[in-house]
Amino acid sequence: MGKVLMKGNEVIAEAAVHAGCKYFFGYPITPQSELVAYMARRLPEVGGLFLQAESEIAAINMVYGAASTGVRVMTSSSSPGFSLKQEGISYLVGSELPAVICNIVRGGPGLGNIQPAQSDYFQVTKGGGHGDYNIPVLAPASLQEIVELTQDAFDIADRYRTPVILMGDGMLGQMMEPVEFSERSDTEQCKKEWATTGTRGDGGPKIITSLELDAESLELRNRNLQQKFARIKENEVRYETYHIDDAEYIMVAFGTTARITMNAINKARQDGVKVGLIRPISLWPFPEKPFIETREHVKAYVSVEMSAGQMIEDVRLAVSGHAPVDFYGRTGGVVPTQEEIYDKIITVSGGVTI
Amino acid sequence: MLEEIIIAGFGGQGVMSMGQLIAYAGMLEGKGVSWLPSYGPEQRGGTANCAVVVSDAPVGSPLVTRPSTAIVLNNPSFDKFEPRVRPGGMLIVNSSLVVRASERKDIKIIDIAATDMANDLGNSRIANMILLGAFLELTKIVTADSIVESLKKVLSANKHHLIEVNKQALQKGASLVGVEIS
Amino acid sequence: MTMKTVFKKTTGLTDKPTHYCPGCTHGVIHRLVGEVLEEMDILEDTVGVASVGCSVLSYEYFNCDMTQAAHGRAPAVATGVKRVLPNRFVFTYQGDGDLASIGISEVIHAAARGENITVIFVNNTIYGMTGGQMAPTTLIGQKTATTPFGRDISIQGLPIKVCEMMATLDGAAYIERVSTHDVPHIQKTKKAIRKAFETQKKGLGFSMVEILSTCPTNWGLDPAESLEWVKDNMVPVYPLGVYKNKEGGK
Repeated sequence: MGKVLMKGNEVIAEAAVHAGCKYFFGYPITPQSELVAYMARRLPEVGGLFLQAESEIAAINMVYGAASTGVRVMTSSSSPGFSLKQEGISYLVGSELPAVICNIVRGGPGLGNIQPAQSDYFQVTKGGGHGDYNIPVLAPASLQEIVELTQDAFDIADRYRTPVILMGDGMLGQMMEPVEFSERSDTEQCKKEWATTGTRGDGGPKIITSLELDAESLELRNRNLQQKFARIKENEVRYETYHIDDAEYIMVAFGTTARITMNAINKARQDGVKVGLIRPISLWPFPEKPFIETREHVKAYVSVEMSAGQMIEDVRLAVSGHAPVDFYGRTGGVVPTQEEIYDKIITVSGGVTI
Repeated sequence: MLEEIIIAGFGGQGVMSMGQLIAYAGMLEGKGVSWLPSYGPEQRGGTANCAVVVSDAPVGSPLVTRPSTAIVLNNPSFDKFEPRVRPGGMLIVNSSLVVRASERKDIKIIDIAATDMANDLGNSRIANMILLGAFLELTKIVTADSIVESLKKVLSANKHHLIEVNKQALQKGASLVGVEIS
Repeated sequence: MTMKTVFKKTTGLTDKPTHYCPGCTHGVIHRLVGEVLEEMDILEDTVGVASVGCSVLSYEYFNCDMTQAAHGRAPAVATGVKRVLPNRFVFTYQGDGDLASIGISEVIHAAARGENITVIFVNNTIYGMTGGQMAPTTLIGQKTATTPFGRDISIQGLPIKVCEMMATLDGAAYIERVSTHDVPHIQKTKKAIRKAFETQKKGLGFSMVEILSTCPTNWGLDPAESLEWVKDNMVPVYPLGVYKNKEGGK
């Protein structure tokens, strides 16, 4: 197929189609509307179905229904709409149904605005809805990485019977870059014997539910969920590092913010500052390993976010007091510039470290 | 090579498609490219703009705060981006619509009455391509051929008849700076 | 002398004893749905969607594949199932709190889209599971846990007549209100349920049967009084009959 120039939102949609997703239930909200519109055009071409729901609440529950039949299914939204999906996401976790939910984050709280933000970090990584749970969250930084991670998202969802969140910001959704799509030959097509598709030819009735009235039984169910989360933590951590081998200072950033930070790091390196980057790709499970490996000799970490400081809590936990953790962030849809981040590097490092 | 470009103007002046054509052409030439539109409330009213990065290496930040080149097609865009061009950079101005003149001495300033020239060519909508032609001639970041090749891919078949006039506009733009610079 | 079977339990229900209160008509309505699925021979091709409320555990009673939905969202979940499996029969089983209050949007839009699903809507004018609070269907003057002085129009407004409202939607193919307060009406209820599933079988679009039901526990009445209460108080406010029949005829 070769390289094509596409918008991030459309890349997510096309990557989902390549991952075998044929069902999409959506609701318009800026800045992810192109994704919904792309699916409306594209899915009929592959014999799938796009349906515009009456609300984000209905959309996530349609996803729940479709997921219960065992097909690959997806929905997408942006922050205010994503909040509305929380109930359904909690049910998906409780009923152990696989699905992929995309959140193209915008400025909040409340109606906020439509500019890029990462301020839904807490919401996606710490549960979000009610109950004890975590959801795998993948945060691509480039459009080519969207292709990989969207496929990963569907595979992880099936492998662990869990919803998976794909998180970007408005910038990632709106920008264009060349991408190349590929079919993953080793795509897991798990047998979904639990699916409720009618009992004809497959034995007795099956039930999809998150209800467990007996406390001991629900505790057991929770214990099983926690074991599953532990397996995910063991197997699905993803991150990238940049110039950390000799780094005295390490910046931590994800998504598009990481790219802007890399530019600032390049400039600071030219000026002689030994600074590197840890880029979490899975926000949950959070990559602790690169921190454990570096925290004994790094002078300081700086979490750079498009929020008032959310990921910094996970950075602190991973650093565990071995080094100071500083912060630079912009909120409300303001994107931190490489000049600002460079200045922060200089302030923290005290200039040239040679 | 790393060019960080901002193109800005009124909605409808073709600033977004201009940026996309550069990105597309860069991709065809195997370069690292990104295109980032302004999509917020700022695109209503004052200016619509996009940031384009073209690089020999994979693109880092798609966000451009200090452009190496800014191409401005109207007054509000001039006011917003003229001060942001980095020292040693270039400002290309559609002087048909921009009334102010830059007083900066640390950047190269190219004034082109693109809207008037486009009207002379019989199509007011190709002012953007005249400016693009000048920009390419000055920077050589992609070839005009790659832009034409991109047009063929971006335009639907029923609009391919427009390719010729776009080509003329590119040539017109290139010829202008050829004369002015030399 | 040979013994003859004159009645047997439907295969549409499991053997699990229900948890419903004495005098509650959920059990009867479950049986009617089960019988219709059995008689139409579609039990193995059916996916049911349970809602939240007293009937939340209906997935343990219906002898077919079942999915449990969040409060009010059963029609959206059913939409997801049906859109993937257009050849299966999909039904929801919802109470009046679930359907007429928190889930009114989902059921209206499912009907508006003409989703080819069947909604079994059990209306007993009250939230049973949570302890007898006012529902949108609570009658004027009716005392509940949250209308201790009776439903007051000036405070809580007027009851929602769901069938009348749903019948205005072009996507609704079959809408009927029936009651369970005596045997003839129970027989009519079964016919209505059958008609709704036949509507789905023909692919005509959205079908819903509203079934007037009892809640002796929260009404503070005994089972017999409850049936009388349905007849005397509910039927005049919620008139029985077919509100929409796209197919025409009976």
